[in-house]
Amino acid sequence: MSGEEDATVREPLDLIRLSLDERIYVKLRSDRELRGKLHAFDQHLNMILGDVEETITTVEIDDETYEEIVRTTKRTIDYLFVRGDGVILVAPPLRTALG
Amino acid sequence: MLFFSYFKDLVGQEVTVELKNDLAIRGTLHSVDQYLNIKLENTKVVDQDKYPHMLSVRNCFIRGSVVRYVQLPKDGVDVDLLHDAARREARGG
Repeated sequence: MSGEEDATVREPLDLIRLSLDERIYVKLRSDRELRGKLHAFDQHLNMILGDVEETITTVEIDDETYEEIVRTTKRTIDYLFVRGDGVILVAPPLRTALG
Repeated sequence: MLFFSYFKDLVGQEVTVELKNDLAIRGTLHSVDQYLNIKLENTKVVDQDKYPHMLSVRNCFIRGSVVRYVQLPKDGVDVDLLHDAARREARGG
């Protein structure tokens, strides 16, 4: 390989660069979360993830009791391109998850 | 530029584009531009009973900004190539 890439972490995008080929957690708009392997990203935070699990969280309110019923829907996708304008945050996977 | 190049190489493959309004469209990638606007051919809406709007539509242009996800074919991803390209991708500045 060229070996010309700068290894110093200077800005936030460099931190994400460290996670390439690693599993990450992505929080998206509309109460969605993704967990997958980061294969590529750009400055817009467009990303390609592999072996992805998407979790969608919905809250239903019971008409009578007004209790909140939190539901999550999950699905898995082999390879997913994610448009950056929906991304809120990117982090290493949370340890409280299935691990 | 990274994803523009990636999608240009993917032209001809079948993808599923999921829009921000939850509509999902499966089709063959015909073309893409710098804004990641997408043109799909031979399209079929994924949940046709729920979204009968485009039953007779076979080709469409999708504005890049309305895309939430693009589901990619398993063999449409060269992982090593992507990693290298992402590492080299110029910093936002």
